[in-house]
Amino acid sequence: MMQKEQWQGFAGRLWKEEINLRDFIQNNYVPYEGDASFLAGPTESTNQLWEKLQELQKEERAKGGVLDMDTEIVSTLTSHKPGYISEELKDKEAVVGLQTDKPLKRAFMPFGGIKMAEDACKTYGYTPNPDFHKIFTEYHTTHNQGVFDAYTPEMKKARHNKIITGLPDTYGRGRIVGDYRRVALYGIDLLMEMKKEDLTNCGYGSMRDSVIRQREELSMQLRALQGMKDMAAGYGFDISEPASNAKEAAQWLYFGYLAAIKTQNGAAMSVGRISTFLDIYIQRDMQKGILTESEAQELIDHMTMKFRMVKFARIPSYNQLFSGDPVWATLEVGGLGQDGRSMVTKTDYRFLHTLENMGPSPEPNLTVLYSERLPENFKDYAAYISIETSSIQYENDDVMRPIWGDDYSICCCVSATQTGKEMQFFGARANLAKCLLYAINGGIDEKSKEQVGPDYRPISSEYLDYDEVMKKYDKMMDWLAGLYVNILNLIQYMHDKYYYESALMALIDTDVRRTFATGIAGFSHVVDSLSAIKYAKVKTIRDENGLVVDYETIGDFPKYGNDDDRADDIAVWLLQTFMKKLKKHHTYRDSEPTTSILTITSNVVYGKATGALPDGRKAGAPLAPGANPSYGAEQNGLLASLNSVAKLPYEWALDGISNTQTINPDAIGHSEEERIQNLVHIMDGYFKQGAHHLNVNVFGVEKLIDAMEHPEKEEYANFTIRVSGYAVKFIDLTREQQLDVIARTCHTTV
Amino acid sequence: MMQSNQLSHKKGLVHSTESFGSVDGPGVRFLIFLQGCGMRCQFCHNPDTWKATAPGSEPSPSTLCSNSGSTWMSADELLSKALRYRSYWGQKGGITVSGGEPLLQIDFLLELFQKAKASGIHTTLDTSGGPFTKSEPFFSKFQELMQYTDLLLLDIKHIDEEQHRILTGHSNQNILELASYLSDIGKPVWIRHVLVPERSDYDKYLTRLDAFIRTLNNVQRVEVLPYHTLGAYKWKELGYDYPLDGIAPPTEERVANACRLLHTETYKGYLD
Repeated sequence: MMQKEQWQGFAGRLWKEEINLRDFIQNNYVPYEGDASFLAGPTESTNQLWEKLQELQKEERAKGGVLDMDTEIVSTLTSHKPGYISEELKDKEAVVGLQTDKPLKRAFMPFGGIKMAEDACKTYGYTPNPDFHKIFTEYHTTHNQGVFDAYTPEMKKARHNKIITGLPDTYGRGRIVGDYRRVALYGIDLLMEMKKEDLTNCGYGSMRDSVIRQREELSMQLRALQGMKDMAAGYGFDISEPASNAKEAAQWLYFGYLAAIKTQNGAAMSVGRISTFLDIYIQRDMQKGILTESEAQELIDHMTMKFRMVKFARIPSYNQLFSGDPVWATLEVGGLGQDGRSMVTKTDYRFLHTLENMGPSPEPNLTVLYSERLPENFKDYAAYISIETSSIQYENDDVMRPIWGDDYSICCCVSATQTGKEMQFFGARANLAKCLLYAINGGIDEKSKEQVGPDYRPISSEYLDYDEVMKKYDKMMDWLAGLYVNILNLIQYMHDKYYYESALMALIDTDVRRTFATGIAGFSHVVDSLSAIKYAKVKTIRDENGLVVDYETIGDFPKYGNDDDRADDIAVWLLQTFMKKLKKHHTYRDSEPTTSILTITSNVVYGKATGALPDGRKAGAPLAPGANPSYGAEQNGLLASLNSVAKLPYEWALDGISNTQTINPDAIGHSEEERIQNLVHIMDGYFKQGAHHLNVNVFGVEKLIDAMEHPEKEEYANFTIRVSGYAVKFIDLTREQQLDVIARTCHTTV
Repeated sequence: MMQSNQLSHKKGLVHSTESFGSVDGPGVRFLIFLQGCGMRCQFCHNPDTWKATAPGSEPSPSTLCSNSGSTWMSADELLSKALRYRSYWGQKGGITVSGGEPLLQIDFLLELFQKAKASGIHTTLDTSGGPFTKSEPFFSKFQELMQYTDLLLLDIKHIDEEQHRILTGHSNQNILELASYLSDIGKPVWIRHVLVPERSDYDKYLTRLDAFIRTLNNVQRVEVLPYHTLGAYKWKELGYDYPLDGIAPPTEERVANACRLLHTETYKGYLD
């Protein structure tokens, strides 16, 4: 058994014999059942730093969204000298470390693709060092280069026509959560020792592909661990040993995370589940009398401030997909343990309280792991914060815990992953609405008129026949599922080869489990379209070449979002059918295929590329986001809509089912206390039915319109709203997306 | 469609339902809007629920079909629809029957609430009190209905008889009588008062209303509902002249004034 003086006062054995964060947490945390009255306001330092940071953010917005960019240094763990929010205030930062040498300055990260890195600079008026172009085209292959070297013509066509979209082939795939807590609990030296032992034990006997690769990856991980030590040393910290108090634990943990965001520009760079872990250190320091509540809150506030500062250089087309500059620094609070105890600690409150101390913010993407059995006080506080800030999301711990255990993190917007034990191959979305149109038109794209899918026989009748459409749709989905999985196999292979996440993987077990995360777009529109074909009459409208380009739907039909089983059964069928088709295929590194129904803000871009549908959606109109019912389809109010979404079985969409709802404050109760209680009841009722996720916004449409028209107003500077799977500052959305959000804000009973 | 008048086969004319209501009674509630109302309140935001036959009479299948979008539904149908939302109700929530004026369909209401109570559902009746009378056969039915009603939301539209007639086309005497009766039998009520500038928003009327409410001993809550214009378009759609054209919603100051005069803060029974 290992012994460290920094562990004095911590209980348990197993975590001292092996790397086992769960065991450490379960043996040492203290559940908190009380209310929020213990919380402390912001300290003087917090106010000063936050004020400074807000000035910088304002300047950033004034400069078109980017404050500064690095053009001379390729970002690595040790490429930049230490950076602080402000030189004058640097002694006040309780947690230090920036991605580059200056706050909000974006790093140059070419390993995902040199073109994207260069274009990002050029977009904002910066010129990267021309040597980089030569190096990353002539001397070194990027991930992007590797992928395009191997793509087949069919793959390129599918990508170009956007039936498969959002592929991570020009930047980091993200979605891997290093177990950053390990740095704090064990210190880098012990972690290196363990990885060295793994390297020694790897490849006994024969040198096969998998063994060679594993050995190479372990060596890269060891270099990354050494790099983390050097990076921390630059800031004046020695992280080779475990953290000895709460301040060090927060700092060590943050250095682990900083290593990830200095080396990877993945779409989602989650922080993970850290609140209960940190609480153990805070609790110990408080018992020793060396930490006050105000100091503890300051530590959490300053750490959170750092998560609010994470930035990557992106190109305009990326911003259209994921609007508002999100990084998905997702961080979870709440949840229950396998033994039934609540895992809510005072630090779970402290993280939510950052939204009061420093105002609303999209990052970190604060996620409450919800269970009806969470302490009532905590549910009330979370609901209160939702009503005040619209900045948090809820995910059902009761459906995730049986599958992922009680130490999972959310690795993207809503997807669960076992912390330190698992990684995910993220893979964009297949547009199932477009696929339905391909089925009708024999694989010809309704927009480009190109033959993209296989040239199966198109539907030639004037009116659509349900059985005929279903037969053809089934075949077209077969094709799409196969192509989709293979595109992802190729992308993940190249990412491992050219842009391996050594710093993140160094903080994950060597014997890692892998999931293969696919996704579905256009979900509600397919359901309603199939329902229209089944229950109403759908007439095809053809262009001069006989291609169906529009539909006329005569009569009423049940729509998803009304708790009507006739439509909702189609929804369940669609999910299960596509998932079964995905599972037929080999997935890279024997990963486990999963799927999601979430689209982020990309529903607008996907919609643009998708023709008219039988459900009445016009060509080019935004798709409904995630698993949300289509706009205008919900005729029976909020709970009917929630009931429909709750019917989708999470077990068939383990990567997540995202649902976003906006409630008018007047419609949720006349007094604050009632609003809190009613919101808790809504979540209890929704999650009890096995639903997975809920984004909760509480504001009226008037506020959105005013913010769109008057973004300069002080009150809107930090006005945060939840969109599909993340939070965003409303004024940072494109106007198109703002209009989309306004169109969807409809639950306002009068 | 509906032939028998027997209780177990009674159907109600339902204007619409809403799965989520949280300002019409305690907690999260399933709302049922019944068709038909005898009052013609100038500020009404649901004039599409008025039409039954002659004002004040009970709708019947022979005189009104579903062309207004309303449907005839049995109590069982409605309850099975409502029960799909039970998981959201918690300890306090349940169903609220509103309208229109639900008391116009008191036979149906009786069956609905009787069955709801048998399933352990909290029942709230949102009424203007218009059809209330102590004469028979209504009064016996009403007395029985009260056995199955947990809470009433009682609108007092105006405390002054004459002004009430102007505002609603109806006397307020039987409504105040209902309020007193409910106080006598100790049935919990929330009193609601729509604050309309140039109609009810005068300190002298608010003070009189306050004095009346103080004579009651069953009031758990007093709510001031600021008049709003969101229903005005419906009047135009239905071809009616909107009588409050040009009257803006009350200012925040006036709403606060009304709350003060009505001592809304002192009624805390609803929090228990």
